[in-house]
Amino acid sequence: MTDSRSSPVKTPEIMFQGRPPGMPDPIMSRISPPDPDTGLVLLNFGPSHPSTHGTLRLVIELQGERIRKAWAEIGYLHTGFEKLGESLKYDQFIPLSDRTQYLSSISNNIGYAKAVEDLAGIEITERCSYARVILAEMSRIADHLLCTGMQAVDIGAFTPFLWAFARREDLYDLWETVCGARLTTSITRIGGMMRDLPDEFPQNVLAFCDKLERETMKDIDELLTRNRIWMDRTQGVGVLTKEDALDWCVSGPVLRASGVDRDARKDKPYFVYDRFDFDVPIGEHGDVYDRYLVRLEEVRQSVRIIRQAIRDLPGGPIDAYDNKSVLPPKEEVFNTIEGMIHHFELTMPGYGIRTTPGAEVYSCTESPVGELGFYLAADGSGNPYRVRVRPPCFVNYAPIEHLIEGAMISDVVAIIGSLNVIVGELDR
Amino acid sequence: MSQTVAERIAAEFGDMVYGTSRHEFTGQWRVDVKRDAVLPVLRFCHDTLGLHYLADVTAVDNLQMPAPREQRFEVIYVLENFEARDDLVLRAMVPEDDPVVESATAIWKAANWLEREVYDMFGISFRNHPNLIRILLPENFDAHPLRKDFPTEGIGYRDRFPIISREDA
Repeated sequence: MTDSRSSPVKTPEIMFQGRPPGMPDPIMSRISPPDPDTGLVLLNFGPSHPSTHGTLRLVIELQGERIRKAWAEIGYLHTGFEKLGESLKYDQFIPLSDRTQYLSSISNNIGYAKAVEDLAGIEITERCSYARVILAEMSRIADHLLCTGMQAVDIGAFTPFLWAFARREDLYDLWETVCGARLTTSITRIGGMMRDLPDEFPQNVLAFCDKLERETMKDIDELLTRNRIWMDRTQGVGVLTKEDALDWCVSGPVLRASGVDRDARKDKPYFVYDRFDFDVPIGEHGDVYDRYLVRLEEVRQSVRIIRQAIRDLPGGPIDAYDNKSVLPPKEEVFNTIEGMIHHFELTMPGYGIRTTPGAEVYSCTESPVGELGFYLAADGSGNPYRVRVRPPCFVNYAPIEHLIEGAMISDVVAIIGSLNVIVGELDR
Repeated sequence: MSQTVAERIAAEFGDMVYGTSRHEFTGQWRVDVKRDAVLPVLRFCHDTLGLHYLADVTAVDNLQMPAPREQRFEVIYVLENFEARDDLVLRAMVPEDDPVVESATAIWKAANWLEREVYDMFGISFRNHPNLIRILLPENFDAHPLRKDFPTEGIGYRDRFPIISREDA
């Protein structure tokens, strides 16, 4: 340390690389720069390019404007959530699940809560299932709106981005009425929700759905779907064939755009998804355009689900009444001795949700990005022994080197945008 | 027809399978296999049983498990069958002194990054992997943080960075 301070002249390599000295570059240390006579150029893309949706890095070998080969590096946002989860209680991991997928945090809250409920065998109430379905579909709408808007703004169309963000603001306002937070919601609790839905919530959501369908979806559809420039920039770009998609095991809209009929909401119905009438849109070509169409249609299907769920929304309690595993209501904690004992038994170190030592379960939900899985291992104490997040972004982003090979340099942002990579979840 | 997927694997591979179990609440099947059988079992699942989707590859370190297990690590493969709407957890037991498993990249390209992450976090190597380097952590990081003997507070890695003051920059 003293050496670096005393020497006034810094070596230009270190300044250029932007890495601490002694930290090797995993890409540049493995490839040799191309011969200048061949006309090949090596281009560093990221990690802080504005269109990379966070901190992703690509090194691209170019021939003219065409990409011959690409190398990807991730991990700039690695935070160690999985390690941290091992020293937290089951309930305390919920705020971390927000921060993995900060653009549709509710779906991650719900996915994690479902995994713990599967692990410990907790039954949630009917009203809670419906509320979770409504909120999960709202977060799907929010995510797809943002993804479509960002994709458009990356390619050069600024207007849909503003329209989409205006509706996202409405969604934030609605979530704020439920949990008080806008971005990092932490809305679920194990076996229930943070609090019941407010009385005026259903009609506000319905009003939002009307506005979304009547204005925003129609406008975006009219401006982009048959737009010559949009079609030229997205059709045939970043093609992932059906075989490749299954080989790379991508999930969510990326998999469906490649023509695979897979949606965990239909195939492994959790909560009450089997009671609703909705379609799963399937693409044909597996290119960026099809992913856009699939997302657009999924928003409409989500609106359908929300309308049915609000129509059937039952009354009754929102939290399961299971004192050994669900936090009791606060009135009970403050006013009765039993409630206080149960609260302590769930929150004190060494106590908590009762699990079977050695129990392990993989539980997945269909998050907006894809299949969000949690692999939980329990050792019988109040903390999870191992929390594994199966991040859909990580698996969807893995084929990036394959996808951008042979594409033009301006297609890179279109392809990254269409994969809907959220770096918090990619690196965790 | 009534034979479950787990029973078919047990019947096919005999003593390479330690045992099968079912999760008490979800009914999810789990098959524990010896690590030498990983690649044949995965290939059998993929080609014959229709479990053609590799959802996840991860690992668990059993060091602090209350009931001691025979091996320290378990590598976990989650497989799914879209048509039958079925899933299966495959668990391979890996010893501490020789943490090596056969790579599944020959069957799924998706295993590439997932196995790199397991290598990064647990130090379990995968034989015949095309590019087994760290994926999330820097390359000169000299520990595997999801092992149970790695402290949650870290090992002071951040303190090693040089401090550059505003005047020097």
